[in-house]
Amino acid sequence: MSVRNALLALLEQGPRYGYQLRAEFEDRTGGTWPLNVGQVYTTLSRLERDGFVEGQGADADGHVVYAVTPAGRDEVASWFSSPVARTQPPRDELAIKLALAVSVPGVDVGTVIQQQRSATMTALQDYTRLKRRATGDDPHELAWGLVLDSLVFAAEAEIRWLDHCEARLRRAARDRTERPAVLTSAEPAEESESVETREATR
Amino acid sequence: MNAVLELVTVTRVHGEGATEVIALSEVSFAAYAGELVAVMGPSGSGKSTLLTLAGGLDTPTSGAVRVEGTDLAALGQKGRAAMRRTSIGYVFQDFNLIPALTAVENVALPRELDGAGSRTARRAAVAALDEVGIADLAKRFPDEMSGGQQQRVAIARAIVGDRRLILADEPTGALDSETGEDVLRLIRERCDAGAAGVLVTHEARHAAWADRVVFLRDGVIVDESGSDRPDALLERAR
Repeated sequence: MSVRNALLALLEQGPRYGYQLRAEFEDRTGGTWPLNVGQVYTTLSRLERDGFVEGQGADADGHVVYAVTPAGRDEVASWFSSPVARTQPPRDELAIKLALAVSVPGVDVGTVIQQQRSATMTALQDYTRLKRRATGDDPHELAWGLVLDSLVFAAEAEIRWLDHCEARLRRAARDRTERPAVLTSAEPAEESESVETREATR
Repeated sequence: MNAVLELVTVTRVHGEGATEVIALSEVSFAAYAGELVAVMGPSGSGKSTLLTLAGGLDTPTSGAVRVEGTDLAALGQKGRAAMRRTSIGYVFQDFNLIPALTAVENVALPRELDGAGSRTARRAAVAALDEVGIADLAKRFPDEMSGGQQQRVAIARAIVGDRRLILADEPTGALDSETGEDVLRLIRERCDAGAAGVLVTHEARHAAWADRVVFLRDGVIVDESGSDRPDALLERAR
C-alpha cells in the first residue's frame, strides 16, 4: 500500500516518530488523504516485523523513534523504480451509477449527467482556487502542487467522460427515435461529435 | 451594481428557410466587474457566436447586447468600432498579431487608431506589456517570440488603456499546459483587478479558473456552476 511506502521514504531522511511522519505526509499531500496516528503506528509495527524499520527506543519526550534499515532502503528504491500497478480498476461509483441509469427504465440519464458535471466542475473550481494560492517552488509546495494537479486532471477527465457519455446517449436516442429515448431531453446531436464517438456507437 | 456585459434574451439565427440555423436561442447572460465567467460547450453549441456578439463583431437577430450599459445595436457600425477599441479587449486562439509590427507597436495600435498621440499610445503599451511580464520583449517581432510570449502580447493588447471587458476565445488553444496556465493566470489577475472577463473554452480545466461556468448546448444555456454572485461580492468587499 502507498502509505507504507510513503512512510518508508520519509524515514530515509532520518529517524522519526509517528506524529512527525503523519505531519510530514500531510504536509506533502496537502491533507488530501488524512492519516490517523493509529494507522501510522500499525504500519510502523508491520514494517518493523518485516525488517524494513527498527525501533530506536523513546526520545526525551517518550516518543518511540523509528529508523529505516538497509532492507527498508532497498524497498524504497524499488518502489520509486517501478510503476504503480494498474491491475483491478478501482470501484468507480459514478461509472456504476451511469451503467445502471442507462439500463434501468425510468431514469433521466441526461439529468444524472448534468448534475454530476456541475458538481465535478464546482470541485474543479475549488482545486483551481487552491492552485492559485500555491505558487511556490520549494519542494514541499511543489509536492502539494503536484497532488493538486492530479486532482485537477482527474476531475477534468471525469467531465470529459461525462460529455462523451452525453454525446453517445444523444446519438443513440436519435438513432432510434421510434423507440422511447434513453435521454428525455433528446435534442439533435452535436454536429461536432468526435469520430471516436461515431465509431463507438456504430 | 451594473453588469459590464449584458446579453438580454439574445437570439442569433444564420440563414433562413431550410438552411436556417439557430446559433443562440434567447440567451440571457451577464458578466460583472471583478468576475471571470467561462462559457463551455462543444463546437457548434453557440459559444463563439456568444463571444462575437459580446464583442460587437456581429449583431443579434433579436434581443440586446449591452456593454457598460450601452446597447451595441444602437451605436451603429462606427460606434461599435470605437467601443471595440476603447472598452473591449479580445484575445484569440491564434493570437492575431500583426507580423510586421513589434510587440509594443501591436499593443499601441488600438490606442493610436483611437486617436491617442503615438507617444501616449506607446507609454500605455509599455505599461501593458510590463503588466503581463514581458516589457523586455517590447521590440521583438511576433516571429521572434514563443507562442506563450505572443499570447502575452495579445493579452497586453486586450487590456491596454484600462479596458474593462476582456473576451477570450480558447486563448490557450495552441499552448502547452503550463504556458496555457500562465495565460489563464494573467486573465484571472486582470479580472481580480476589476475587469469583467468572458472565457470561451471546451476544456473543463481552463473553465475552472472562472468564478462561474455556463454550459451551452445547441444555443441554449443548460446549466451553471460556481460561486453565487452575492458571495463573490462579499468576498471582494472584505
